[in-house]
Amino acid sequence: MALLEAVNITKRFGGVIALDNASFSCDAGVITALIGENGAGKSTMVKVVCGVHRPDAGQILFKGKEIRPNSPADAVKLGIVSVFQELSLVPHLTVSQNIWLSDPILDSFGLINFREQSRRTEALLAELGFEGIDPDAVVLDMPLADRQLVEIAHAVHRNPDLLILDEGTSALAAREVTLVFNLIRRLRDQGKAIVFISHRMGEIQELCDVTTVFRNGKDVKSFPTGSLPDDEVVQLMIGHKLEKSFPPKPKRKQPPPAVLEIKDLSWENALHQISLTVGRGEIVGLAGLEGQGQGDLLFALFGVYAGVSGEVRVEGKRVNINSPTQAVDPKIGLAMIPADRKTEGLILPMTVGENMTMAILNRLSRFSVISRAAENDAIAKMMRRLAVKAPSPAVPVRSLSGGNQQKVSLAKWLLTEAKIYLLYDPTRGIDVGTKQEIYHLMRQLADDGSAILFFSTDLDEIVGMCDRALVMYEGRIVKELVGSEITETNLVSAALNLGEKTSNHKEAALA
Amino acid sequence: MKPESAPKKKLNVARYFRPLLAYIVLILLILVYRALSPVVFRLPVITAMLNQGMALAITSMAQTLVILTAGIDLSIGSIVTLSNCVAATQMQPGIAPTLGVVLLVLLVGSACGFLNGLLVAYGRLAPIIVTLATSSIFNGLALYVLPNPGGFVPEWYSEALTGRIFDIVPTALLILIFLFVFIWTPLKRSPLGQSIYAVGSSESSARMSGLNVQRTKLLTYTIAGTLSSMAALFLAAQTASGDATQGGVYTLNSIAATVIGGTSFTGGVGGFGGTLAGAYVFAIIPNVLFAARVSPFMKELLQGAILVLTISLGAARVFQVKNRLEIMK
Repeated sequence: MALLEAVNITKRFGGVIALDNASFSCDAGVITALIGENGAGKSTMVKVVCGVHRPDAGQILFKGKEIRPNSPADAVKLGIVSVFQELSLVPHLTVSQNIWLSDPILDSFGLINFREQSRRTEALLAELGFEGIDPDAVVLDMPLADRQLVEIAHAVHRNPDLLILDEGTSALAAREVTLVFNLIRRLRDQGKAIVFISHRMGEIQELCDVTTVFRNGKDVKSFPTGSLPDDEVVQLMIGHKLEKSFPPKPKRKQPPPAVLEIKDLSWENALHQISLTVGRGEIVGLAGLEGQGQGDLLFALFGVYAGVSGEVRVEGKRVNINSPTQAVDPKIGLAMIPADRKTEGLILPMTVGENMTMAILNRLSRFSVISRAAENDAIAKMMRRLAVKAPSPAVPVRSLSGGNQQKVSLAKWLLTEAKIYLLYDPTRGIDVGTKQEIYHLMRQLADDGSAILFFSTDLDEIVGMCDRALVMYEGRIVKELVGSEITETNLVSAALNLGEKTSNHKEAALA
Repeated sequence: MKPESAPKKKLNVARYFRPLLAYIVLILLILVYRALSPVVFRLPVITAMLNQGMALAITSMAQTLVILTAGIDLSIGSIVTLSNCVAATQMQPGIAPTLGVVLLVLLVGSACGFLNGLLVAYGRLAPIIVTLATSSIFNGLALYVLPNPGGFVPEWYSEALTGRIFDIVPTALLILIFLFVFIWTPLKRSPLGQSIYAVGSSESSARMSGLNVQRTKLLTYTIAGTLSSMAALFLAAQTASGDATQGGVYTLNSIAATVIGGTSFTGGVGGFGGTLAGAYVFAIIPNVLFAARVSPFMKELLQGAILVLTISLGAARVFQVKNRLEIMK
């Protein structure tokens, strides 16, 4: 019998079904890979198993007994420990304090024996092969990769029977990945069960015994790793989805004149020498897995980040954008629709109308007094153009549906008459009907002469909407696809950076 | 213990920068004071200065603990007031009954803090609102207990707390040492202390690690209440009376002292070591002004200026932040 069996699990978040009657199992002494597209339900499944989410339906059997963990602490007591994508270390404490946080070593006065904790942490790190890490270093001061290693040490220290790594190696370089892989193999040989979630196909092929594919909240197939060819695995991940209707793309004989040009843009460790152009009337997609720098690129362009290097030109003129205020200046004419409309895009308690005109109040004012007539005109125009479903522009934007909220967020920037639109996943969590409207609006904007740089986590959208698609991987643009080259298969294989990564890891493993 | 086996670890200067700054400001102030008035290093003057800062030092320790959890306690001054009034109305000349009253006062303060903690931790209400509200309640109770300034405090009690032992060691110094060695240090090294830092640093990580966040907050506010009543007991000895209008100043001054001492307002960083310097920076300013023959009305102006100056110096790290959205977080 399998060590863990999660049977027919369903989990909803509001109206969204994250897990739809999905099952998952793994065995002791086996490394199981869990793969799938963004939003396929992998992370939700892991979080259900280790007590972060309660399932709406279904049953979890662990060592043959039903369990209902209420918190990660509960799961740890049962022997299920997970390393999450979002790091869970306390930033201002040291490595050893974090490792012993839930059960500190006490001296005879009942006080924490920091010296002993530090000594034992050093021994633990040495045993795991993570010698370079100082047990007394404060987590906040450590590089991301080291933090991830500490996170893994933290998990192993709890001596789990089932260890889950959800993107637990995403910040690691090849040498460190090798260290972790050796550790994971040792744990497997000791009879532990390991679940490994990664977007790096090379890693999965190298490490995992069994692969399970998730798609749209369901388990699709489980098979011995390597028994299916790559393209078949990709097919399993993509599957067949609802067809969406997209507005027709314009046929172009030659590339349109560039509106936005970027050369060698770099920022910290997140963006490396990004060069791209977006032409007049063009929709350029940023594709790739989540968190490969697409969001950072949009933020860097919009002046949110300090210390961005490289060259940005708008309509041929070199510009310096050091703040969002400069970015929206009509001379530059950028507009950004942020990912989180609830916190960054809109001010929820304010009315639909107030939100729409927020970015152009100066233009609507005379002698610093807002002209109500001009404001109402602008609002009425947008209500009509976007067909916002609201009883009146005077209701708080909070009371609208997600799709209509997003329309208001779009309206705000349409009113600025920007030249360049940066869209960050504009249709996330929006119903299908409103999505169509937003697609048509985007194309219309482009046809009217705007340049659109568009990031989406939904592959269909990139395929259906974009004139060109740039695939990002680890902060670089790794592939450019034009016109009919933009297919789901091409996007997924470019996003996983198949081939290159695999050989990298083989080299690292040999070294 | 094998100290030789452990390699020498580099001291993180940046981490001690803010508390260090507080001590530098304190020493500068003392030097200015010495230059203006040569009697400063005489024993009676030292004793008086230590006494003057004592109540603020204790309340600031309370405030530091709360701020470390990323909370705030606006009721500290009112707990001082209430405790002070209870002390002044209940005290008797004899030793035994006085000790009983001391226990009663500590109990009153702890109960006030416990109420704050319950509302913040289990009621999940914002600390600033909860303690603003309870601060009015405690103030009202204080006026009910002692409507007019007065009451009684035995002379021996005042002598014992504000005087010198064998006419050499100021009692206040012993109290400070006691606070540091027997309250702060063990607390910081206890599992509770570590939870306080963890909760303030990242509440979600603390919860993910299996810490009891609610219990930690409850205990923190309760201890803050207990400490506030300790400050009130000292204040009673100092003023030899009770006054329902006298404690309020400790709320904002304890926040100022905590901040000058380098404890982060967002929680998780800092401690009593820096706060102690912050408290005495604030307490010594009136003396320096007096020695400089400046109007005492300038006191608040100068206190404010020093507060702004030290936190500006301490906030210089903002220039290193690369993501402008994070500066506001």
